[in-house]
Amino acid sequence: MSISNIGIYYFGAISLVLIGLYGVLVKKNLMKILISLSVMETGVNLLLISIGYVYGKSAPILSEGIGPSQTVDPIPQALVLTAIVIGVATTAMALSVAILIHEKYGTLNIEEIRRLRG
Amino acid sequence: MVSVLKRSLAILSILIIGYWLAQGLAGVPFGQDKMLVGHYYLNHVKEQTGAVNAVTAIVVNYRGFDTLGEVTVLFIASTGVGALLWRKNRKRTAKTEGSVVLTTGTELLFPFIMMFGVYIFIHGHLTPGGGFPGGATIATAFLLLYLAFTVYEIPHRGFEKTEGLAGMSYVLVGLIGLWIGGYFLFDWIWQSWHWGVNNIGRLFSGGFIPVIYTIIGIKVGTELSGIVDNMLKEEVKE
Amino acid sequence: MNCFGCIEYIIVALMIISAVLAIEWRDLLAATVGMAAVSLFASILFFMLQAPDVAMTEAAIGAALSGAIVLFAVKRTQRFETEEEERPGWWVRW
Repeated sequence: MSISNIGIYYFGAISLVLIGLYGVLVKKNLMKILISLSVMETGVNLLLISIGYVYGKSAPILSEGIGPSQTVDPIPQALVLTAIVIGVATTAMALSVAILIHEKYGTLNIEEIRRLRG
Repeated sequence: MVSVLKRSLAILSILIIGYWLAQGLAGVPFGQDKMLVGHYYLNHVKEQTGAVNAVTAIVVNYRGFDTLGEVTVLFIASTGVGALLWRKNRKRTAKTEGSVVLTTGTELLFPFIMMFGVYIFIHGHLTPGGGFPGGATIATAFLLLYLAFTVYEIPHRGFEKTEGLAGMSYVLVGLIGLWIGGYFLFDWIWQSWHWGVNNIGRLFSGGFIPVIYTIIGIKVGTELSGIVDNMLKEEVKE
Repeated sequence: MNCFGCIEYIIVALMIISAVLAIEWRDLLAATVGMAAVSLFASILFFMLQAPDVAMTEAAIGAALSGAIVLFAVKRTQRFETEEEERPGWWVRW
């Protein structure tokens, strides 16, 4: 099969995304869903950085011994730097909405919240 | 019975998605040189921006407008948390004071953590880091103060004013670039005034990258401390 | 036995195990610690992929601040997933 030599980093990142997706689909507590969403975001960031890796090259900081053709790709790192900070901002907002839901309905079970409706 | 069916359906769909993702990634070989725009950025970063760290030069200089968008998203999230959890009389409801080790260690370590955070974002164009981990380190110092003492609060008025001023001065730096150069966020320190052109690799170089990273570091630090403070206080019913 | 070339396999395995435990534990306090552990192992992997800026940012924001924010939210709502009043034992129940 053509997916036999996929590299360990791709495997780790895809499995993190799939484990987080399982948590979002199956679990019933709202906090557990948000924790799984955060695990998924970590997996996606790992996938983006492992695409830009080049064998044998070093970090993209051009100090004395490192020339411009001996570094890994700097563009995915700039993208992921932004994505990590935005991930924590959206997690904070989602958690404050969850706190408000618990104050209003008294429970965090999504099936009971769906039944209560105001 | 319904939950077993739902669980097996979820596992089946996850396996299908996993196989589809792996098929897609088999066409992207791991560890080979695939850079197209990256080569241009790496070859020209020293003379066009003056920074040695290519990642921070991309974040601030080549793609500075996206960083302005990210700072806006952080600001909206912090305002949203403050607006959702606002009550009339909020107090901290911690009951147990920290132990002697925690309080003494926090009082000794707090200025060093702040100095480390300031070091990270001032040297953003030379060493790895930049504005965002520096601001997060400063917020972690305030989080340590929250954990050690049960009555500590950050001074709200000062922090909110600092955050607003930092956000405004980012846009002001961009508008000055528009006035001098011709486009928003033009690097006027490096390309018009030529400050520190023959100083590459030392502190006083890099164009406006240290200036913007100082602004971003202050803004992110005060914002994340504000988020922590809003989530810790609860309403006290008299 | 020394396997210096297989340290990335060990860290990826630890990361996957801690992700499975983070969504499986019913004590939400333990699930938060599992989420912070996933961020920490991902930060080590970022360092091995030659990305020091991202490693620092993930360690400072993902492991410290995101874990602390989820912990404060768990403190203000409920600690256990379902409504059973179980006291936490010396190990965490499944």
